[in-house]
Amino acid sequence: MSATAARVLPHEDSGTREHYLNVRYGLKSWLLTTDHKRIALLYLMSITAMFFVGGAFAVVMRLNLLTPEGQLVSAESYNKLFTMHGLIMVFFFLIPSIPAVLGNFLVPLMIGARDVALPKINLLSWYIFITGGTLALVSAITGGVDTGCTFYTPFSTTYSNTHVMPMAIGVFITGFSSILTGLNFIVTMHTMRAPGLTWFRMPLFLWSLYATSVIFVLGTPVLAISLLALGAERMFHVGIFDPNLGGDPLLFQHLFWFYSHPAVYVMILPGMGVVSEIIPCFARKRIFGYGFVAFSSVAIAVISFLVWGHHMFVSGQSVYAGLIFSVLSYLVAIPSAIKVFNWTSTLYKGTVTYETPMLYALGFIGLFTIGGLTGLFLAALAVDVHVHDTYFVIAHFHYIMVGGMVMAYLGGIHYWWPKISGRLYPEWWARLSALVVFLGFNLTFFPQFILGYLGMPRRYHAYPEEFQILNVMSTAGASILGVGYLIPLVYLAWSIRYGPPAPSNPWNATGLEWQTPSPPPTENFETTPVVTEEAYAYETRPLSYV
Amino acid sequence: MSEAHAAVAHQFEGLEQQRDAATLAMWIFLVTEVMFFGGLFTGYAIYRASYPEAFAAGSRLCEVNLGAINTVVLITSSFTMALAVRAAAAGRSRAAIVCLVLTLGLGATFLGIKFLEYAHKYEEHIVPGLNFTYSGPSARQIELFICFYFGMTGLHALHMIIGLVVVTVMVIFTARGRLAPPKDTPIEITGLYWHFVDIVWIFLFPLLYLVDVHR
Repeated sequence: MSATAARVLPHEDSGTREHYLNVRYGLKSWLLTTDHKRIALLYLMSITAMFFVGGAFAVVMRLNLLTPEGQLVSAESYNKLFTMHGLIMVFFFLIPSIPAVLGNFLVPLMIGARDVALPKINLLSWYIFITGGTLALVSAITGGVDTGCTFYTPFSTTYSNTHVMPMAIGVFITGFSSILTGLNFIVTMHTMRAPGLTWFRMPLFLWSLYATSVIFVLGTPVLAISLLALGAERMFHVGIFDPNLGGDPLLFQHLFWFYSHPAVYVMILPGMGVVSEIIPCFARKRIFGYGFVAFSSVAIAVISFLVWGHHMFVSGQSVYAGLIFSVLSYLVAIPSAIKVFNWTSTLYKGTVTYETPMLYALGFIGLFTIGGLTGLFLAALAVDVHVHDTYFVIAHFHYIMVGGMVMAYLGGIHYWWPKISGRLYPEWWARLSALVVFLGFNLTFFPQFILGYLGMPRRYHAYPEEFQILNVMSTAGASILGVGYLIPLVYLAWSIRYGPPAPSNPWNATGLEWQTPSPPPTENFETTPVVTEEAYAYETRPLSYV
Repeated sequence: MSEAHAAVAHQFEGLEQQRDAATLAMWIFLVTEVMFFGGLFTGYAIYRASYPEAFAAGSRLCEVNLGAINTVVLITSSFTMALAVRAAAAGRSRAAIVCLVLTLGLGATFLGIKFLEYAHKYEEHIVPGLNFTYSGPSARQIELFICFYFGMTGLHALHMIIGLVVVTVMVIFTARGRLAPPKDTPIEITGLYWHFVDIVWIFLFPLLYLVDVHR
């Protein structure tokens, strides 16, 4: 990107032109904004803070696991550490990550609209998120929760003496911010697309966000009611989930996973959407099988609601239910595999270059494939009995959540950073950090597959001596991974002030968001754009950004 | 946007788009509400299948007469709400206000009767968590039923209270002339919400009050 500075046209000089960042200054102009781009940045700052809080818990856990005796923290503290790590990372980072940051920023830009359909509701969703997040942090500071991030009953309702209520209320409240975000996206995509932007000309990122929004809207209310019932049970001891009083603890697991398994796809579908944008751009090729990629997102959303029982193979549900959930879990792998095949087919005979977003996207494909295939191991009834509640499960879902979603999130942040900030980031450092993240991640989590297969259970603060070498490898990897996450924090912050100004379309990409200056004006487009071609018409675009 | 509907928010191209968006948003919100209540209905279904006798006995503790009166009250309020929406769309703001106030009155009546029922339960010492002292066969399972009774009707009553607040706001706005056509969408979507809350009750009434009658 050496020539980029020279390509900045005079009227694109972000220093003098009025855009969404410099139109108003002051705290009030941010806290009361209804501009979707500013709300995206509010989310970006909040979830970045949450990411490092959640990461800190993981650091202590990994340090504790350096020695078999687990000398650093007590068993009780360790229980709290993994609970807080899971809850904060899932509900306050992963779920809002791509939808609330990149989605909020890009949905109106990609469909050629001035804002989302309900801008005030959009701001409200951030305040709800902050309220829930504050409660979660209060719960963490006052002593934490030790129920595991699943809140299983009757432990969470009857036996745990930790701060379950503030955390449950925090998660309950935060759920409504997801619901409002999903509702906003669905309405916006249905009613506000620019002239000529038919459903099948929409970027695939929007299809994946649409599927995500459907899950938000249909799943999150069920989590809300489960947590409400849990709260009632804990405060009044009414017996909904207590077998002593006629209740059924499995009911909570059913209700919880009815939301939480679809929520797992909330934590991957948007990442798939980002990758579907990045791959065609840096392969300079039309996406292979647009319709298949689009509908596979919808298929994942639909099937995701029918597989929750695979979390309960050993919980005492009937064998027949287990069989059906197992088959359905295999089914959901098909649309995921379709995506992977289509991305690799897009690369085939493409003019591939390796800018930072592409490095993250390629990393995503590899790591997601490993995470997805090991998911099939776990969906097999007999194998699951062996590896259930071991580090195999931990490794599996971290390959999806971290190797998949976080890689895609970072790829997306880099890809759209010139648009968001109006500045270019330092490419060399960015490539380095992508490499460090990839290596650190694999060193952290691949040994955990082996540990799990050998039988090391999850959620224990100590372990037999023969597992130490693999645990030391994992901890070493985690420290490399931590450095990999800190590097972008530094150079992205640096670039806001010192980075060279970005042109409106640094990657020479298709998509309406690149047809407006960087950073965009408050109203996004001077005149409403008219779409005349399909998404990803890259064959007709010269490769001019290198 | 030259002739400047001040009514059109800046993000929309026109009034029609704005109306479509608002209506769709309310429908989707109602879908989330269906899922929200759905969790409770699922729990209810499971325990009713497990303890049919206890649920019948629990249902006998509910006051069918008051429940039936409330059902009539609520359906009538949906009728006045529908009239209010029509009147507002036709620009007859005085008629709209009358119908909205009637709706408010009926909604308040519903909540009053509901409160009466709750008070009776408290006097009979069958409020779980507060003073549940029922001692007969399968008392625990009957307590579970009463839990669902309070959980479901309580959540429904909460929705009614929110509805009353929103309808009150609609009355004030209509009186100030802020909802004259073509700006009457808020009344229309308030109506959608009100009808939804009504429909929830239509399911709650037989499930909670008529279990034994049904057998």
